[in-house]
Amino acid sequence: MSAAAPATPPPARVGAAGGALRRRAKAPRGTLALGVSTLWLSLIVLLPLAAVVVRSLDDGLGAFWDHVTTRQAISSLEFTVLVSLVVAALNAAFGTLVAWVLVRDEFRGKGFVNALIDLPFALPTIVAGLTLLALYGPSSPIGINVAFTKVAVAMALLFVTLPFVIRSVQPVLIELDREMEEAAASLGASSFTVFRRIIFPNLVPAILSGAALAFSRAVGEFGSIILLSGNIPFDTQVSSVYAFKQIESDNIGGAAAVSVVLLLVALVVLLAIRGLERWRA
Amino acid sequence: MARLTLRLVALAYLAILLLVPVGVVFYRTFEHGVGAVWDAITTPAAISAFWLTLEVAIIAVPLNAVFGVLAALALVRGRFRGKRLFDALLDLPFAVSPIVVGLALLLVWGVDGWFGGLGFQVIFSVPGIVLATIFVSLPFVAREVAPVLREIGDEQEQAAATLGANGWQTFRRVTLPAIRWGLIYGVVLATARAIGEFGAVSVVSGKISGETETLTLLVEKRFQNFDLAGAYAASALLAFIALATLVAMTVLNKRREDTT
Repeated sequence: MSAAAPATPPPARVGAAGGALRRRAKAPRGTLALGVSTLWLSLIVLLPLAAVVVRSLDDGLGAFWDHVTTRQAISSLEFTVLVSLVVAALNAAFGTLVAWVLVRDEFRGKGFVNALIDLPFALPTIVAGLTLLALYGPSSPIGINVAFTKVAVAMALLFVTLPFVIRSVQPVLIELDREMEEAAASLGASSFTVFRRIIFPNLVPAILSGAALAFSRAVGEFGSIILLSGNIPFDTQVSSVYAFKQIESDNIGGAAAVSVVLLLVALVVLLAIRGLERWRA
Repeated sequence: MARLTLRLVALAYLAILLLVPVGVVFYRTFEHGVGAVWDAITTPAAISAFWLTLEVAIIAVPLNAVFGVLAALALVRGRFRGKRLFDALLDLPFAVSPIVVGLALLLVWGVDGWFGGLGFQVIFSVPGIVLATIFVSLPFVAREVAPVLREIGDEQEQAAATLGANGWQTFRRVTLPAIRWGLIYGVVLATARAIGEFGAVSVVSGKISGETETLTLLVEKRFQNFDLAGAYAASALLAFIALATLVAMTVLNKRREDTT
């Protein structure tokens, strides 16, 4: 498409016939698309998730509560939420920094670095875990061994959630009007003050929604952690790994209960991000 | 000066977290020569895992591509109640833990599941792996196509309809060419996710070597069996696919920017 196709609304030309014609042309495809996609979404996603919720309540609310509040389940949930919060916060800080460098700085190889950011999205999680283990595990060539510690879990989560904040802040930073910054600078504001008072407030919604995405991804993460965490109960065991172990030892009720908690967290974060996006718009 | 410091901190962060670990894995993989790697990825188990991974992606991705285009059309062009809900639910697969996905499929399709008595095996078999893969890669195409549809508007579609084209003709001749780069981008992302899925697949596959073992499961098994070299080799294969994905993403992004 050429640049000469602005997205301005068309001039008023909607007669009664035009409206009817448009409706006729649109109606069949609209409903077919909606019907088929709703069916697909329900069958693949909603029905199975409903099965988890139903199964978790099979033996009543009391049993659900007992499953969620076993010492090991509680400890895994606490650790999962805590480490995910830490990871989201670190992402917010470093993600904003990297986005700023990628937008406002010029250096050789910037295109390469920019492409590299998406690597965690493209690399299978199990490979990500193995990758970190190769450098920071028992056979580390630089002598740093954090395998089977909480630090290792945090690193794995930082790896897989790296792109979220960067990719959310970058476009906002590109669009940002430079005139205000120049005005502030000409009035004597230091570059830190300009960032704090002018740039940062504009970035807050993007940083928050990126960090929220990173948080929700971290809460559910499994593949990158399984090799690194050592799965030590009351220490490095996260909830997804806990649920996996319960499935393996045939405690489906326990797995379903913890899964429902994870689902709820995911749902709340999703809704929060929706709210944030409406705030941005 | 401050600028240089920021640049160094940012690049150091990326190096410590991304670049150096990936470099070390490639080094470890090839330190005993290409021949050893080739041997490790051409064992019968590895070849079977490779083809299974490909087969699953080839079934899952096109289905999700069709769904994604339909869902995007419904979201952008359709007018119906509950649109916001549909929009929010569409993102669920991004937010749900892979283990929850696996458990969910187990509860629906397992022996004691809701549809367990239908007479064909899903769990611990290829259909289960396909269902898990469809679940986790479901929103990508819809999420890439929807913004493109919104941007192009429906002017041209209406013009085609006014000139007598039916719904299918309008879609094929007008809409599809306009969304093609977004569609291809979504397909690339979905394929990468499909090939790399581990958690959900590991719950439902049963991990039968040569039958229901995908590449990512093979990596884990080899690691657990202390076959580090083998695990690295299979990882390198997956990493190559990931790098190819990155290159495709970069090229497609340029294309999209050029066409809009």
